[in-house]
Amino acid sequence: MTNSVANSIDRYAKLFEQLDQKNEGAFVPFVMVGDPDISTSVNIINALISGGADALELGFPYSDPIADGPTIQQASIRALSNKIKTDDNFEIIRQVRAAHPNIPIGLLLYSNLVLKRGIEKFYQDAMNAGVDSILIADVPLREADRFIAVAKQTGIKQILIAPPNASDDTLAEIGEKSQGYTYLLGRAGVTGAETAVTIPASALIDKLTQYKVAPPLLGFGISTPAQVKDAIQSGAAGAISGSATVNIIAENLSQPEIMLDKLQSFVTEMKAATHK
Amino acid sequence: MNHLDSKFGDYGGMYVPELLIPALDQLEQAFIDAQKDPDFQAEFMGLLKDYAGRPTAMTLTRNLVNNPKVKLYLKREDLLHGGAHKTNQVLGQALLTKRMGKTEVIAETGAGQHGVATALACALMGLKARIYMGAKDVERQAPNVFRMRLMGAEVIPVHAGSGTLKDAVNEAMRDWSASYDKAHYLLGTAAGPHPFPTIVREFHRMIGEETKAQILEKEGRLPDAVVACVGGGSNAIGMFADFIDEPSVKLIGVEPAGKGVHTAEHGAAIGKGTKGILHGAYSYIMQDNDGQIEESYSVSAGLDYPAVGPQHAYLSDIGRAEYVSVTDDEALNAFQILSRKEGIIPALESSHALAHALNMADEAEEETIIVVNLSGRGDKDLAHVHSILGDQNHD
Ligand SMILES: Cc1ncc(COP(=O)(O)O)c(C=O)c1O
Repeated sequence: MTNSVANSIDRYAKLFEQLDQKNEGAFVPFVMVGDPDISTSVNIINALISGGADALELGFPYSDPIADGPTIQQASIRALSNKIKTDDNFEIIRQVRAAHPNIPIGLLLYSNLVLKRGIEKFYQDAMNAGVDSILIADVPLREADRFIAVAKQTGIKQILIAPPNASDDTLAEIGEKSQGYTYLLGRAGVTGAETAVTIPASALIDKLTQYKVAPPLLGFGISTPAQVKDAIQSGAAGAISGSATVNIIAENLSQPEIMLDKLQSFVTEMKAATHK
Repeated sequence: MNHLDSKFGDYGGMYVPELLIPALDQLEQAFIDAQKDPDFQAEFMGLLKDYAGRPTAMTLTRNLVNNPKVKLYLKREDLLHGGAHKTNQVLGQALLTKRMGKTEVIAETGAGQHGVATALACALMGLKARIYMGAKDVERQAPNVFRMRLMGAEVIPVHAGSGTLKDAVNEAMRDWSASYDKAHYLLGTAAGPHPFPTIVREFHRMIGEETKAQILEKEGRLPDAVVACVGGGSNAIGMFADFIDEPSVKLIGVEPAGKGVHTAEHGAAIGKGTKGILHGAYSYIMQDNDGQIEESYSVSAGLDYPAVGPQHAYLSDIGRAEYVSVTDDEALNAFQILSRKEGIIPALESSHALAHALNMADEAEEETIIVVNLSGRGDKDLAHVHSILGDQNHD
């Protein structure tokens, strides 16, 4: 890497190397930072890690999430109605990072949150909080260059999305520009556990290999261990599960202890399905 | 890569999930091809003339203006089939839908005018329409909901967020990201990701072109100013487009000041907003310090939108167009004055443009010709305005 940031560790590369040695894929849960409030959110993230999460994908609440279905919209609404601010989100991540120095942490959020803070400041604050990667749901390749430039400066990895309808040109460009991992969309539509993932054809995985994209993690519509197993068997480096994870939070808001137990055992079950 | 410019200066762009890029590219290509295709143009022009009723009239007001130096004209988009300018570009996009081989149409609507226009075009062309409408708007625009359903469209109330136009757009975009193979997203204003701002402008530019020809015929010269209300910016950009290169013509956009731009309850994105991204475009938007979108407010549902089309942001920055704002009260006043003095009941949206033009007329010291784009008629607003004014004006 020609990375000038001295203290940056490539946590994704390390993770994928270790998983390879153990003959496992990655399981990556997604939750919304600040959902439902600051202290519960920290406990939730810790429970995911205790359950065996290989990496974390964390959302920042946003008022107008056009790529999200009702489950994740509601998570945003819960956090925002508790007046969660971007500063709080970074503080929550700082606490998680302090307790867990090695787990890769990725952000998944919307462009306006980044722009309003200023791209440089946002990425620098993310770096300082211990974030490894940023994926911006509404920044396609065509608008990505200025974000990728700042990512390189700050040592953050810009995660790119490979949708199922991507042209060869798009895949080639992702191959050139992707770092960390590639978010492989399991299907069209918005986030949600209601519509199941379509396991990618081996032809698509072959293409991803051919274009040398960063390791693909399959996401959108993954809610069961069987889907995780299929994803990894099809050649994905791992699986991301968002709405299924957030549903556990939504269903157990009045009983936080039980919520944390359920989250932990959900992750353990999903992780167990990553063994090849 | 895009074939048309996707930006106006820094504004505009395509800030959407990667998944939607192929659909937007397909639309851009279909639009480029259609603009060069004489058959498409003939069909579009034919529909505008024989179905929608173009060209629309240009009316010199008789009693509205006291200042003898001022001539105030109304460009009568209220007379267009459907009751507002919206029908123009909807017919164009419905033809594009067919050209792309798609059979379904998704749309968002605020006042219900875009929904009505979409429903009528889809009825005409045998397309299946589903229209997202904020739950609050479904309530305050009940007659339009009934109109849409009469014409066969499915109206889907959106309860998320503020239950207004912005939430309807979110929901339409979510739908489209799962249905782009069969469905076209028929966006209703000159906002959203490229190529919508350009397509919507080009399919509305006859408003300004007709205005120019009509005023030259009547007055032998160009107007001093054209005035239009600005929600997302479609009727305004349609009026402005043919005058942008005529520096003697002032372009004035009127945003909704709601209860006053010093309050939190307004929708003046250019006047009081800051730069950011909403619904796929970089423009002026209403947001807090973290970039969360703020809810807009206006008495008129069609102007109740916390962003503005990117070309307006650009025209404002370069000083080519001027953007002002008008409060609910001023708009309601203009609504009544036009009804009383000219026998024309305007849409509340258009009443904003008219209110500003009346102020200009009062202040003019030289011979002045002003054209107001009367973007729609007020039928849809009658119940709402009645509930606000009560029976005070009916004696
Ligand atoms: C009559 C009328 N005028 C104006 C508008 C505002 O939209 P735009 O700014 O796109 O012209 C609407 C929107 O519904 C409308 O119904």
